[in-house]
Amino acid sequence: MANHAHPAPAPLGGPFITPLAVNLALLIGIAGIILFLRFLFGIGAVTNVNDGYSWGIWVVYDVMVGSAFACGGYSVALLVYIFNKGEYHPLVRPALLGSLFGYTLAGASVIVDLGRYWNTWHIFWPGYAQVNSVMFEVAVCITLYIVVMWIEFSPVFLEKFGLKQIRRRLSRWMFLFIALGALLPSMHQSSLGSLLVVFGTAINPLWQTLLLPVLFLMTAITVGYAVVVFESTFSAMGFKRPYELDILSRLSKVMWGMLLAYLAVRVGDLVVRGAIVEAFRPTVVALMFWLEMLFFLLPAWLLAKPANRRRPNILFLSAVYLMLGTFLLRINGFLVGYDTGAGWRYFPSVPEMLVTLGIIAIEILGYIVLVRWLPVLPKHEAKARSLSDLTPLARRPAAGCSARRRGAP
Amino acid sequence: MSLDRRQFLKGMLAGSASAVACTPTRVEARGNLTMPPKAMGLLFDSTLCIGCKACVAACKEANGLPPEFTKPDDVWDTPLDISGKTKNIIKVYRHGSGLTKDAEVDGYAFMKHSCLHCVDPSCVSACPVSAMRKDPVDGIVSYDEKACIGCRYCVVACPFSVPKFEYDKALPKIVKCELCRHLKPGDAFQYPACAQVCPTGATLYGPVADLKAEAQRRLALKPGSEAEFPRGRIGMAPGDKTADATTWASPSQKASFADSHVARVPHYLQRIYGDKELGGTQVLKLSAVPMAKLGMPELPERSFASVSETMQHSLYGYLITPAIVLGGLIIAARRNVRPEEDEAGQAQENE
Repeated sequence: MANHAHPAPAPLGGPFITPLAVNLALLIGIAGIILFLRFLFGIGAVTNVNDGYSWGIWVVYDVMVGSAFACGGYSVALLVYIFNKGEYHPLVRPALLGSLFGYTLAGASVIVDLGRYWNTWHIFWPGYAQVNSVMFEVAVCITLYIVVMWIEFSPVFLEKFGLKQIRRRLSRWMFLFIALGALLPSMHQSSLGSLLVVFGTAINPLWQTLLLPVLFLMTAITVGYAVVVFESTFSAMGFKRPYELDILSRLSKVMWGMLLAYLAVRVGDLVVRGAIVEAFRPTVVALMFWLEMLFFLLPAWLLAKPANRRRPNILFLSAVYLMLGTFLLRINGFLVGYDTGAGWRYFPSVPEMLVTLGIIAIEILGYIVLVRWLPVLPKHEAKARSLSDLTPLARRPAAGCSARRRGAP
Repeated sequence: MSLDRRQFLKGMLAGSASAVACTPTRVEARGNLTMPPKAMGLLFDSTLCIGCKACVAACKEANGLPPEFTKPDDVWDTPLDISGKTKNIIKVYRHGSGLTKDAEVDGYAFMKHSCLHCVDPSCVSACPVSAMRKDPVDGIVSYDEKACIGCRYCVVACPFSVPKFEYDKALPKIVKCELCRHLKPGDAFQYPACAQVCPTGATLYGPVADLKAEAQRRLALKPGSEAEFPRGRIGMAPGDKTADATTWASPSQKASFADSHVARVPHYLQRIYGDKELGGTQVLKLSAVPMAKLGMPELPERSFASVSETMQHSLYGYLITPAIVLGGLIIAARRNVRPEEDEAGQAQENE
């Protein structure tokens, strides 16, 4: 198991200015203009947040969901380095790059939602720092993890600039950063759930539980794998690269196992606490709960059949469902299941959503630019099959795929 | 192959250690905080309130808050709720014909909404930068804009929806009642403005122990009889903001109030709101109409802050659990990450 011969990562090359890149840049520009207005006239000028729902999508999507979707690097690193599943090694770099972007942006985008952003450093400053606050733990942990991830990813830059000496010295200590990179997300992804505990009875019992940290952590790890499947599919389509069916199909089994474990904990908790009765009330909240559960139950059902795990369209669909479920768990916990008193309403405004879209655009554009420029994705020969060649691949034997992976002449 | 299995099991061990670390099993329970020794507060008696809103106007004056217009003609300060411009408001409950004061059916009643100065406040527990603090002596929950980062965790966490935010400002701050702690001798107001101007004593200022004793006295009065009701403040020498509860004569001794009036005793509900809620608040409330109808939430006796902090401390107390998990992860990572492996790609290329 120790020696897995994988193709070396190499820059993809290709044009930087494409119609897609131009459109993404346009979205980023629009978000920039809106943020300019926000800093000039206040958060209320461009968003719909109010005293009833003071946290909108800039917190709940950009940070809570955004950082969960950035767990690909964490989830794959757990598998490869902690559980010693070396066969997933080719996924590490691309997953880490996605995480690097997701987390750095989740961290940076907090600033635009902070009313008194110029004081942000207080969180890390003795005398101001308040260690009983769940937010303190989340902020410190996420910041540390972003630093750790840049260090984990630095060999890519060092390779690019030919700094072999530093790279070799760093690689001797890399295991420490990899261990930290496995610890820190376990801490803050669970704490993102713990944030809700102090809300008390304002949160519907369907989401208010002492198992919140466990639920948020389990979905973060699971969705990490889903995001890897999602990104690989787009990478295969967008860059006309071979679809890593063999490795992704095995990854989907891990994802499925995590998902079943999550469902057991989630449903068990609801039944034990008796909160499940809330799900049978004729309310929008109950409807949203079932929608959330549906997005977890569907992939659990789809991936149960081993044959389905070898069908890229099913894999992709399951990944999307899992991402939607993870999204809804957070949206439901922080917004839908949050009863702040009669009369308050919140739905994001168009400018508010455009800022979030702009942040997503930065992530996609940054990813494209960096995989073209830096050695991130495993090198493949031009002859390798593209996703479109694989369309009727439901019944393709596994051996063919692994042979392809190694058989580069 | 056997080595691989052992490594895998080690990894499993580290993994399950992280799972255990994230399960709140070890509970070093942090109980509710207790009432500070010289806690100051308010007693609001809904039955005495006539809805004149003098307290709303005085609060704005004492705190330098701007008027808030909610009608198209902009001629009157008409706040609809506490907000970034309003720290204190009187709201009315109405039912049916709305003719009888303090009647749940076909009646109306008033409720004051402002910070309750919880004994164990969620906002203080939530704030990551100590901008929300509870004074260890008088228990006032204060806000420090110099520390605040504007994350609004206090706004979303408060069970009474008290802290508010200035959404319309480029350089905003949190706004909440701080029990007029900024007043200095010689100011127009000597103690919390809402209590000082209240014409009926519906809002009363004083040490919480005295306020509670006064509330208990009222609940023991015979409905329909006549009784004396103090105005302004009780239980302290003038100018002394942190008087000891014992300096005031027993509440059962009538006619000991500096300023008072006689009124007919209403049909109180036998409940002091704020006595038990979330471990108690320093603002106590009485009424003849159920508190839930007046917009006061039903809350458990255990504070949400204590639940949250117990969880955080059992997971991260002295960083013991993270250190143990990190140890396991380092062992696993050291075995599974080989420097060569990282450069395998290059080696292959050179072949």
